[in-house]
Amino acid sequence: MNIHPNSKGSIFRRGNQPNPHDPTSNTRRTTHQPDSTKIHRNETHSATTRHSSSSNTPSNPPSPSSSSPNLAELSRTSSRLSLFSRVGSSGPVSVSSRASLIVRENDSPYYIGLEKVSKDPYDKERNPDGIIQLGLSENRLCFDLIEKWMVENVREAMVGRDGEHLSINGIAAYQPSDGLMELKVVKLRVSVTLLFMMIALAGFMSQVMRKVVSLDPSQIVLTAGATPAIEILCFCLADHGNAFLIPTPYYPGFDRDVRLRTGVELIPVHCRSADNFLLSVTALEQAYNQARKRGVKVRGILISNPSNPVGNILPRETLHNILVFAQEKNIHIICDEIFAGSVYRGEEFVSMPEILVEEFDKNRVHIIYGLSKDLCLPGFRVGVIYSYNKNVLALAKRLTRFSSISAPSQRLLISMLSDTKFIEEFIKTNKQRIQKLHHSFVDGLKQLGIQCIESSAGFYCWANMSELISSYGEKGELDLWDKLLNIAKVNVTPGSACHCIEPGWFRCCFTTLALEDIPVVMKRIRKVAETCKSLS
Amino acid sequence: MVFKLNNHLLSRIASSNGHGEDSPYFEGWKAYDSNPHHPMENPNGIIQMGLAENQLSFDLIQDWLKNNPKASICTPEGVNEFREIAIFQDYHGLPEFRNAVAKFMAKVRGNKVTFDPDRVVMNGGATGAHETIAFCLADPGEAFLVPTPYYPGFDRDLRWRTGVKLIPVDSESSNNFKVTREALENAYEMAKLNNIKVKGLLITNPSNPLGTMLDRETLRSIVRFINEKNIHLVCDEIYAATVFSQPEFISIAEIVQEDIECNLNLVHIVYSLSKDMGFPGLRVGIIYSYNDAVVSCARKMSSFGLVSSQTQYMIASMLSDDEFVGKFIRESKTRMAARHRVFTDGLAQASIKCLETSNAGLFLWMDLRGLLKEKTFEAEMALWRVIIHEVKLNVSPGCSFHCTEPGWFRVCIANMDDQTMEVALSRIRTFVNKDVDTKKPKRTLRWQGSLKLSSPRIYDDFINSPHSPLPQSPLVLARN
Repeated sequence: MNIHPNSKGSIFRRGNQPNPHDPTSNTRRTTHQPDSTKIHRNETHSATTRHSSSSNTPSNPPSPSSSSPNLAELSRTSSRLSLFSRVGSSGPVSVSSRASLIVRENDSPYYIGLEKVSKDPYDKERNPDGIIQLGLSENRLCFDLIEKWMVENVREAMVGRDGEHLSINGIAAYQPSDGLMELKVVKLRVSVTLLFMMIALAGFMSQVMRKVVSLDPSQIVLTAGATPAIEILCFCLADHGNAFLIPTPYYPGFDRDVRLRTGVELIPVHCRSADNFLLSVTALEQAYNQARKRGVKVRGILISNPSNPVGNILPRETLHNILVFAQEKNIHIICDEIFAGSVYRGEEFVSMPEILVEEFDKNRVHIIYGLSKDLCLPGFRVGVIYSYNKNVLALAKRLTRFSSISAPSQRLLISMLSDTKFIEEFIKTNKQRIQKLHHSFVDGLKQLGIQCIESSAGFYCWANMSELISSYGEKGELDLWDKLLNIAKVNVTPGSACHCIEPGWFRCCFTTLALEDIPVVMKRIRKVAETCKSLS
Repeated sequence: MVFKLNNHLLSRIASSNGHGEDSPYFEGWKAYDSNPHHPMENPNGIIQMGLAENQLSFDLIQDWLKNNPKASICTPEGVNEFREIAIFQDYHGLPEFRNAVAKFMAKVRGNKVTFDPDRVVMNGGATGAHETIAFCLADPGEAFLVPTPYYPGFDRDLRWRTGVKLIPVDSESSNNFKVTREALENAYEMAKLNNIKVKGLLITNPSNPLGTMLDRETLRSIVRFINEKNIHLVCDEIYAATVFSQPEFISIAEIVQEDIECNLNLVHIVYSLSKDMGFPGLRVGIIYSYNDAVVSCARKMSSFGLVSSQTQYMIASMLSDDEFVGKFIRESKTRMAARHRVFTDGLAQASIKCLETSNAGLFLWMDLRGLLKEKTFEAEMALWRVIIHEVKLNVSPGCSFHCTEPGWFRVCIANMDDQTMEVALSRIRTFVNKDVDTKKPKRTLRWQGSLKLSSPRIYDDFINSPHSPLPQSPLVLARN
C-alpha cells in the first residue's frame, strides 16, 4: 500500500515518522490522549435535536476503544453496498499524508461525547433522560432579542444586487454616492457590500470593547468564520515546521486550525492553577528557549483573551509583558478576542488595540474576532482578522478567496450591526444573562464540593474535579469523564483535550441551558460525585 | 518611535507570488477598473469580458426569493427557523441542504445518475473545493496532470498553499483541443523522467476556456488511464448546467456507473452553484467523492470554508422546488443558447471564428490567429494589449490558459446585458475592419517584461464575488 509517511508534507517532526501499520503510532500522544485535531470549532456535531446526521458519517468508527482504521482495511458500512461503495481490483489507493493522518487518528473522547449527545439529546419534555450538553460553547440565551429585532426591522428578503436595499437603520449615511466611499471601494478592491460589512464590524468590535478605541475598517479582513481566520493568519506568519507558543489550557480547535494544513506546530506554555492559569512570561521564555534548542523556529504567540476554557481576562500588565517579549524576540502575537463581548464580571477587559501604544511595533499584532460568540450567530460564518500590518492584510485578503463570506448573510448583518442602539442593549442584556447563569451554575457545583476558577468571561466555567478522580492522571480524568457522560449523562470537556497539565479539570458550558435546567444537571453530577468520593 | 517593517517576519507564502497578481494580465483588470464601461455614464469605457459569470438568469432567482421569503430565515416569514439555523455550524451541513444539492446535481445531469447526499461535502466555493481536494489527495511536491488550455485559477487554487505541482497535458487546435490518450501518456512519462510523482488528473468538463464537452469515448479512455496508473481523477463539472445544445452533457458519474472495473476510490467531482445558478456570492462549493477517506478528510477541512447555514437553508428550499428548478434549468439554457448565437453570429460578421465544437460554458474561444503579426506569444500579447487599450474590451489571452498555440482568446459573453453585448460586438467589427485596412496598428505597444509560459496568470475570476464587482464595477455603481 502506498501511504507516504516520509513524504515532505507530513506534519510530523523529522525522526518521528509514523508507522503506517501501527494505528497508535502517533508519536506525540498516547493512545488515550484525546486527539484534538478532530475537534470542530465550537465543537458542534449536530448539537441540536433536529440534526442527527453525524451517525451517517462514512468511515468514522463508532467506538472509541477500537483501534483506528488502517487505510488498507477501511471497511465499508453495510449501507454502502451499492454502486457507491465498490472497491476496485487494483486495491486501496493512496491519499495525501494529511488525509491518511486524519483517517487514522483515534476518535477523541471529546468527539465521542458530542456524538453521543446528538444521538440522545436531553429535552425537558420529550427526552428527560437524555444527555445534557455542557461541551458546546454556544450561546442560546439571546435569540429572542435578535428575533424581535428582525420582526421589527426586516422588510424583505434582502437579497439584491450589490449596493441595493441597504437603506435600513442608519445605513443611509453610507450611500454609494459618497465620494469617500467610492475611493475606499476602489482602493481596497472590495465590493460595496463588503465595505459596509467592514465598517459595520469595526463599529461592532469597538462597541464590544467598550468604545475605548475606534477601529479602522480598512484594517479588517473578513473570513468565513474565525476558524479560517486563524488558519489564514498562520499561513501568513509562519512556514511549515515553524511554531507558535500557546498558553495551556487552550481551545482544542486550535490544534486543527493551526496545524492541520499549515504544518505549523503548537508549543504549549503550561499555566497552573496556582497562578489561576494565567500566563507568566517566565514560562514563555522557557518554552521559547526549549524550542530554540530543538531547532524549531518560533514565529509567534497565540493567546486568547478572554481565555477559553478558563474564562480569564488577561491583566493589563500581562498583556504589556507579552508585547515586550514579542518585540524582544521579534515574533508575532495573535490575539483571539472572540469572547470579548461576554465579559460579565466587573473587571475591565483590556483589548489589544487599547494597549498598543506608540512604544510598540504594531506590525506584529493581529487580532481574531467573529460573530459566533458575541452575536450568537455561528451559523452565519463571519470571522475577522484585524491587523496593523499592511502586508499581512493584503495577503490575508487574497487568501480569503478560499473562505469568503456568503453574500446573503451580509445584508442582514450590516443592518443589524449598524443599529447601534440595539447592539448596545443586546450586549448589555447578553452579559447579564450569562452572568446569572454563571453564578447559578458555579454555586451549584460549589454545593457539590467542586470549585471553579474565578472567571470573568466566556460561556463556561473551569471546574476542579481532581478530588473525584480515582487515579491522579490523565487516565483517571478520562474515567471520570466517561462516568459523567454515560452514568450522569452530562457531556463536559476534559482538561486533557485542552492540553491542561494538571489532571482533573473540566470545562462546563452553561449557555445552552436555561436556569431551571441547572438543578437537574447538579443532581446528576452529584450522583457520580458521591460514587467517586466513596471509592477514593 | 519608527519601526521598520521587517518583511522577513512573514511566511514564505507571503513573499511568493503564488497569488498570481504579478502577471502582466493584471493590466487588463487595472485598465478595466480605472475605466469601466457604463452605457450612460461611461460609454467609451472598457467592457469586462474576462469574468466568467452568469448574469443571464439571475432575475429568475431574485423573483423566486421575493416570492419565497420564508426561505431566507432573516425575514418576518422565516424568522421561526432563525435560531436553529443561526446556531448550526456542524460541518456535515444541514441534511436538507445536502439532499437538495444531490438532487440538483442529478437533475442537471438529466437524472441519468443519482448522488448520495452523504458524499456531498461543502466548501468555500469551487475555489475552496479545489484546494481542499488537493490537500486531501497530494503531498507537497506531488503533481496533478491538467489538460491545456485550462482555467488559470488552478495555478493558484491547487498549488499556492498546498505545494502541489501542475503538469500540463497539451492539446492542439488541429483536433479541436481534444484530450488524447497519447498526450496523457506523454505528460505522465515526462513527470516520471523528472522524478515527479503524479497523484491525479484534473479535468474540467465542460471545459473552461473551450466551452466544449468531453465525449463518451474520451471519458472512458480517461477512466481507463487513471485506473491503469492508479491515480486520482478530479472532475470539475462546474459548468454542467450551462450546456445549451446537443450533444447532451455526460458526467463522469455516468461513466463510472457503467464501468464496473473502475476503482471508485479514485473518482471525485468538484461542483459549485456559482456558474449554473449564477450566484457566486453564495460561496457554495461542493466536493463529491466516491472515496470514504476523502469524504471524511474533506469534511473536516470544510471547517475552513463552511457555507453559512442561512445560505444552506435557502439553497435547500430553492433546490427542493422542483418546478422552479426545472424551469430555471430550461430557461437558463435557452438564454445561453440565444446569447451564444448572437455573439457567434456577430463575430462571424467580423470574420472571426470561434471553436465550433463549443456548446457550453459562459464564454467563447475566439480564433484570432489571423490577426497576429506572427505566430508567437509576444504577438499574442501585443494584440491583447491593443484589444484592451484600443478596442476597449478586457478579454483573456490564450497563453494565460497555458494554450500551446498563440492567437486564441477567451471572451465571456454571459456577464452583460444585451445592450452592452451589442456595443462589444460593434467595437470588434470596427477593429477588425480597421485592421484589415492598415498594415500595422497606429500605436506600437512594446512588450514589457518576460513572458513566462509556465506561470502566467490572469486576474480573471479572481475578484470573485462577494469580493468581486458584478458586471458593473464599484466605481460604476458609485456613480449611480
